[in-house]
Amino acid sequence: MSTLPQEFLPLIADAPGLSLIGNTPLVPIVLPGLDKPGVEVYAKVEYFNPGGSIKDRPVLWMLLSAILDGRLTRERTVLDSSSGNAGIAYAMIGGALGYKVKLVVPENASEERKKRILAHGAQLDFTDAVEGYDEALREVRRQAEADPDKYFFCDQYSNESNWQAHYNMTAVEILEQTDRRVTHFVGGVGTGGTITGVGRRLKEELPEVEVTMILPDAFPGIEGLKPMETEDDIVPEIFDESVVDRKVQVNIEQAYDMCQALAREGFFVGQSSGGYLRGVQDVVERIDEGVVVTVLNDIGERYFSTSLWG
Amino acid sequence: MAATIRIPTPLRKFTDGKSEVDVEGGTVREIFDDVENRHGGLKDKIFDDAGELRRFINVFVNGEDVRHAEGLDTPVKDGDELSVVPAIAGGLGSRSRQV
Repeated sequence: MSTLPQEFLPLIADAPGLSLIGNTPLVPIVLPGLDKPGVEVYAKVEYFNPGGSIKDRPVLWMLLSAILDGRLTRERTVLDSSSGNAGIAYAMIGGALGYKVKLVVPENASEERKKRILAHGAQLDFTDAVEGYDEALREVRRQAEADPDKYFFCDQYSNESNWQAHYNMTAVEILEQTDRRVTHFVGGVGTGGTITGVGRRLKEELPEVEVTMILPDAFPGIEGLKPMETEDDIVPEIFDESVVDRKVQVNIEQAYDMCQALAREGFFVGQSSGGYLRGVQDVVERIDEGVVVTVLNDIGERYFSTSLWG
Repeated sequence: MAATIRIPTPLRKFTDGKSEVDVEGGTVREIFDDVENRHGGLKDKIFDDAGELRRFINVFVNGEDVRHAEGLDTPVKDGDELSVVPAIAGGLGSRSRQV
């Protein structure tokens, strides 16, 4: 059963492929270092979403909400920046709903992502990789401000529907699939949507739940996750830091090692998922009993053109 | 050989905020030795303990990945432009770069 609200369903009636979004499996993760009597570890397998990542959820919610309240009309082109996964979700979902989509991505976004975005018929603009993701953000804002009538600038970093997707879908699924036994959640912050939405809902329903956030090193970083080491680092508008109880620093090598270990167990995932599992390991080491839940954000195939798989 | 090297935003704290640095050297390795002399601390972020490029960092000479050329022995000519780029995208930088 879809966890989408009733008012959304007519909007995707002509795009049945989108009904596959959400309701991902929750599976036990058994890895050396995570096996401890009394502690259960589970992950939501978000690469089961049709776009191959968790980003299908917030992008579907953001676009359907915008259609319902009239911000997104047929005349306007969906516009946003992305390092890739949200871009794929925009291209796939926007295209299936019959809207034009344009994305601004750093030129070092993985080749697999660029090709998939183009395959769904979206337009891609590239920004200088040396200037980092910020340049994509600057460029998308320039374009949106230059032609506000032409574009619906979705802005996943400040769009409330982003975290609401996780509050209403991801978190509800976690509560149901664990029979409300979840005690710990581990996530990270790209836009802050997942940890804010899941954290808020879980804590409302089960106030004792502890939320751990993984923090990537600033350089070279972990795909899709933002560094927030210093006071100078931008905090996304929708990120509610009050849901976070603990933070665990994770570097790319640790994320990489965890991706390799997961691959040998039948989970082929990208860097951020490896980072999350490193955060889970930290939690497991600290507790004697509990039900720890995290998410596997995306699929590993998306990184063959990077150095993730050697 | 006089060349320039473009520095990614998170590493500009080592270059007094400069996005581009003038450097000298006949190979990529020599260029980075020169960079280290001018801006200490940068090399540790780019090279591993064995002195090789870190796994998730790419170096380009005039747009060509040195891993597809002669690695750190890739020759550098007068006027060449080098750039250091994470192999991955994503995340936001510092507030100083905010729009």
